[in-house]
Amino acid sequence: MISCFDAVEYLVALRKEELVVGTMTPNRYWSDLSDKPDHDLPIYGGMGKASSVALGLAMSQTTRRVWCVDGDGSLLMNLGALVTISGQAPVNFVHFVFDDEAYQTTGSQPVPGAGRYNLKLMAESAGYPEAYLFDDLEDFKTELPDIIKKEGPVMVVLKIHYPNGGPPFSMGSTKDAVDEMRNALGTR
Amino acid sequence: MTVLRITAYNGCEDELGQSMQELTLTPTAVQAELHKNGVTDVVWLPDTESSFMYKLLAEDPSLRIIPIAREAESMPIALGLWIGGRKPIVMIQNTGLFESGDSVRGMAVDVNLPVVMMIGYRGWTRRGVTKDSAATITEPTLNAWRINYYLVEHDGDVDRISAAFEEAERRQQPVGVLIGAEYSG
Repeated sequence: MISCFDAVEYLVALRKEELVVGTMTPNRYWSDLSDKPDHDLPIYGGMGKASSVALGLAMSQTTRRVWCVDGDGSLLMNLGALVTISGQAPVNFVHFVFDDEAYQTTGSQPVPGAGRYNLKLMAESAGYPEAYLFDDLEDFKTELPDIIKKEGPVMVVLKIHYPNGGPPFSMGSTKDAVDEMRNALGTR
Repeated sequence: MTVLRITAYNGCEDELGQSMQELTLTPTAVQAELHKNGVTDVVWLPDTESSFMYKLLAEDPSLRIIPIAREAESMPIALGLWIGGRKPIVMIQNTGLFESGDSVRGMAVDVNLPVVMMIGYRGWTRRGVTKDSAATITEPTLNAWRINYYLVEHDGDVDRISAAFEEAERRQQPVGVLIGAEYSG
């Protein structure tokens, strides 16, 4: 298992000009660590829709790479997005899913099918050309630099845990983030 | 050409329908409105009231059709497209609108997304009698979300689509276009 903090810390260090759409608990770490907030789009309480926003962004900003920092509960809530994403086949899209098999935000209750589902296989069978699963931080760090250069859509599932329970729950403004990203992209 | 057919009164006809005539909503009329308003993408889950346009719009090189697996994907995809500089519309049925409730709230209304939603008005009848709850709660639902809307039944109404685009931009809010069709279930 990989500490969520360690995974996000590494992603933030690796990130260059990518646009990042994040949600739920992994996004709390991301917001704390990111040094490019105008390229970050946090989806607060989006009922699993971060990956759909990221798809639209990837399809409209085709010269940039778009990362989605998703959660397992969020993806399961919007599972049809997998075939919508694979159908559009955005080559600039990397879909990270932080998988602890629980709803961390509400107290770590197990998600449906905990211990039974495999999101990597789901992505592959939905039509993602590339899908990976990591449960070891060093393997993740070794392989990720090449993975993020591949033609997407790519899914990277991270089996993670929250050793300290994660940052406290907070609700920011998705609208403010939308405005900031539009300013940064020059589309406002 | 496939058209959406409705039967409508023309002028001062009697209630027995002696002067009723068939009016149609043609896909080319809708397509012209989309062109006029610079639409780039159609985020779409085809339904009974909008499927008559599918072939024409899908073959239109100026439009990109984005099929979705469930209607709740439509708002966030449209949001991402709009942030990135595109001009999407959403096409879903009223039943799908209900299904999309939290996405409409969080991914459109709350973030000031100026998107036009073309909504198939399942159960709509001009005479106001319908057994279909999908129809009876459509407008109350839109009103609850404070979403304004326009009814389009035939080609004579299509300028309301431009009115919807104008309102969406002016208010920076989603605006509905209800595609009316007589109940046939």
